[in-house]
Amino acid sequence: MNAPALAIIGIGIHPFGRTEGVSGRAQAVHAVRAALADAGLGFGDMQFGFGGSWSAGDPDTLVSELGLTSLPFMNVANGCATGGSALISADAAIRAGLHDVGLVVGFDKHPRGAFNTDPASHGIGDWYGETGLMLTTQFFGLKIQRYLHVHGIGTDVLAAIAEKAFRNGALNPNAWRRKEISAEEIASAPMISHPLTQYMYCSPGEGAVAFVVCRADRAPDYTDNPVYLSGAALRSRRYGSFEVFSPWLALDAAQSPTVDAAAAAFAQAGLTPADVDVAQVQDTESGAELMHMAETGLCEHGAQEELIASGGTALDGRLPINTDGGCIANGEPIGASGLRQVYETALQLRGEAGDHQVPGGPRVGFTHVYGAPGISACTVLTR
Amino acid sequence: MPRTVDDSLFTETPDGTALLGSRCDDCGAHTFPRQGGCPRCTGTAMADVALAREGTLWSFTVQGFRPKTPYRGPEEFAPYGVGYVELPGQLIVEARLTEHDPDRLEIGMPVRLEMIPFRVDEAGEPVLTFAFAPAGRS
Repeated sequence: MNAPALAIIGIGIHPFGRTEGVSGRAQAVHAVRAALADAGLGFGDMQFGFGGSWSAGDPDTLVSELGLTSLPFMNVANGCATGGSALISADAAIRAGLHDVGLVVGFDKHPRGAFNTDPASHGIGDWYGETGLMLTTQFFGLKIQRYLHVHGIGTDVLAAIAEKAFRNGALNPNAWRRKEISAEEIASAPMISHPLTQYMYCSPGEGAVAFVVCRADRAPDYTDNPVYLSGAALRSRRYGSFEVFSPWLALDAAQSPTVDAAAAAFAQAGLTPADVDVAQVQDTESGAELMHMAETGLCEHGAQEELIASGGTALDGRLPINTDGGCIANGEPIGASGLRQVYETALQLRGEAGDHQVPGGPRVGFTHVYGAPGISACTVLTR
Repeated sequence: MPRTVDDSLFTETPDGTALLGSRCDDCGAHTFPRQGGCPRCTGTAMADVALAREGTLWSFTVQGFRPKTPYRGPEEFAPYGVGYVELPGQLIVEARLTEHDPDRLEIGMPVRLEMIPFRVDEAGEPVLTFAFAPAGRS
């Protein structure tokens, strides 16, 4: 294992879901104060900040509430990889020797319903949206349909994945969806985009996560339970990968940015997928978890059905996945979602996950986000 | 020809309306719609090309709810099929499908380009877009 540069010494979260009357910024402040308290530090101790939000305000304006200390605070905007990008930016700043201790925060608050996106912001003509092709939900249906066909996987596994998400969410006090839903009910729910039903998708939501981070070698000065960022990587798409909002695809297929990002994160950590004790992977919908299990290297393509059916990805399985309920049970506030995965992994490695703690004292965690327009950010976390 | 959603997407051929894409003179990569730079070799020698009007279904789904704006289809929603169609030697194009029953769609089935109305404009005239229809076993 390679020596990490960054340690997470304080973690904070505002519960995910819908919190009427509380702005995204207020949720971020709540998470920051919780992270500072966890680290035993004050905002005045922070030497830098990196923050991200898609639609809940400029992160750097949080200083008006947290304290006008003149610290450098940079806004990070990178779609679904916003949180991962903020963490990677902090890692780079610490590696460069710029700072010793600082703050990473991600938050968001989205309106109800699926995202509606302007084609022009993706460089696509208006016709694409007008004719009803510009939907993320549709893309996931198309992608999993192809994936199931190529790998000979049945559709039953899609309901099983969502069932696990709700089961784990029911055990997580910070989750949005806290009620178990049976695989039968999930499979028979209204079809959103064949073969994916309503309960197989996550929803845009609200939430905030913050971390106090420091130079890895200074972590013992602050805490006796640091979590180390051993690997972190962001990658964009290659020619031939199958991404959202693609009016066309190349005939010569390429691997997903997930494959590249995961491989880079593991290489940086000096670890392999076989070392992972607990994983959080992007589950925008059930099919995404299925595909990402293999694209990240956690299992072989086609091996997911057996792994899931045998309970292998459950809390007490040999490879627990999305132990906090994932996006399906937590929703997806874009700026906060990737950091939620890191928060959950830190809880698991610290042994503080309560009812959703995986047994056996996990030492290596892995997180993965994937999103438009074909980006992925992965981290390898250790203790 | 009646109004289309975007005339720059189409070209007339002896066989009928076809999708208008680009082909890279340097590496042979195709795109749809047209664009000036090649996403594969990074070159800029892109030439217009009519895309094949027949192909095979590469993947499919069915849109189950009325999309929000910028969708401009009828207020009264009916599910519609969406697929990716492999055009041999060119690319895989995303398109509406004329069939929306998933039990009648199958990856690998032959499909053929059609122009279909997807909405009615202010004057009550249909606005056309492209779609692929099952072509039957040949």
